[in-house]
Amino acid sequence: MLELPLSDFRKMAVEEFDTTKLLAHASRQAEERSYKNFPIIDVDSHHYELESFHEILEYMEDPVLQQLAMSASQATSKGNGVMPGGVGYQDMGGRVTRYPLRKIEKAEGGKHRDITLTKRWMDAMGIDLAVMFPSPMLQLGLHPQVEVEVALSRAYNRWLVERVLSHEPRIRSMLYLPFNDPEASYKMVQEFGTAKGVNGFMVTSARHRPVHHNAYMKTYALLEEMNLPLAFHAGYNWNDQAMGMMNKFISVHAIGFVFFNMVHITNWLMNGMPERFPKLKVLWIESGLAWLPFMMQRLDNEYMMRSSEAPMLKRLPSEYMRDMFYSSQPMEMTDMGALETTFRMIKADTQLLYSSDYPHWDFDLPSTIYDLPFLSEEAKRNILGGNAMRVFNLTLPA
Amino acid sequence: MPEIHVAKIAQFPDGERRIVRAGDTEIGVFHWQGRYYAYENLCVHQGGPACEGVIMHKVEDVIAADKTWSGQKFSKDEIHFVCPWHGYEYDLKTGECAADRKLKLKSFEVVKRGEDVYVVAG
Repeated sequence: MLELPLSDFRKMAVEEFDTTKLLAHASRQAEERSYKNFPIIDVDSHHYELESFHEILEYMEDPVLQQLAMSASQATSKGNGVMPGGVGYQDMGGRVTRYPLRKIEKAEGGKHRDITLTKRWMDAMGIDLAVMFPSPMLQLGLHPQVEVEVALSRAYNRWLVERVLSHEPRIRSMLYLPFNDPEASYKMVQEFGTAKGVNGFMVTSARHRPVHHNAYMKTYALLEEMNLPLAFHAGYNWNDQAMGMMNKFISVHAIGFVFFNMVHITNWLMNGMPERFPKLKVLWIESGLAWLPFMMQRLDNEYMMRSSEAPMLKRLPSEYMRDMFYSSQPMEMTDMGALETTFRMIKADTQLLYSSDYPHWDFDLPSTIYDLPFLSEEAKRNILGGNAMRVFNLTLPA
Repeated sequence: MPEIHVAKIAQFPDGERRIVRAGDTEIGVFHWQGRYYAYENLCVHQGGPACEGVIMHKVEDVIAADKTWSGQKFSKDEIHFVCPWHGYEYDLKTGECAADRKLKLKSFEVVKRGEDVYVVAG
């Protein structure tokens, strides 16, 4: 049993927590909309890797760092002292109850807890295949020690492949690139690029490395050669000086989750990366969609006047952006007219990939796409699954 | 209008809620400060079980006479229930969405009959 702290010093006692029950309405939506008749691929979902931190640390090769991490993990709560970040209120003061309650959810069945829990929400929502990412490690790129980012991410990738991806064909991942060490990133692609369940690689966007630096070119070339997509997964950094001016988590989350991707996509475009790696598939994850019309208009307008500063480009920045891919969540749905315009501007029918972000607080159900009034049935199915199958060369497990 | 039995009055303490079913419709019934309130258990956002989340007082900013901010407090009067999926908050006494009061959950009449509470599912 768990007691949730409420206002006025009240408490709410909770005996049990079951994701299937929490998502019963999602199951009903899946049935009403006949999701079983077409594939639904979720290109951005999460697990809480620190719940398996002791297992992950077993895969850490540096004996000194491993001992440091094990000791820190034992002395305080998991990951404290080892992982950057910390301040943040994703659970909304316990209003999003799955955050505090997940610890009392039972996950029997012989498989790894992450597999059991992930399949539980996938089944409830009608999702056939999910690309899974870590949660706290989305801030690992802010770690002040580059060698710790490398060691932890390599341990995580090895653990994920061996303990999760190898055992469940419906769960895939784009593995963590330790981007603060370009050479280690390259080796990561070499080592894990063909591992079971690996559908590409992911850069956590919250960091301070320019994506156009020469040191990354061989990694991009290798990804292009191996036909593995590269994703930039958004994240916030409240410790950033500009973000530090904001006093609310809502503010930092709203702006922080687009800020780094705005910087990275601008560098990517102005330095002609799409011309250098024309076949590399690039995916921008978890910044929602409203930033894209802004970026297209802003960059096009400046490029028309200052094309001498971006001489690699042969087309407008927005045209290159229409060749890139975007995950849908958290889809801004408060102005349907603006959303329809956004879909047109990014060529959503072929470039947009549905993502839930479950179990995070601002997750989107497949119905956020399926119920849009301005999409054809074919477009809905492409966005919910067809586009992802094409981008990742997927076939569904039997 | 069909009446759906919610609970015995004695077994439905103040501050609690019950979820009942009327055909395909789920209804959340709240007992708060001596009165009963009932709404459809379907969030206006993405269809979550809006009535099943925590019951929390509204958070308020405390602004002094000179317009400076001096902290936050929980409201003494305004009470919300919160959809557990994404945090949409609803005024427990009206069913209105606290962030945009144009949005409102469908409400139902609650009646006491003898020792029992019923919701009028119509």
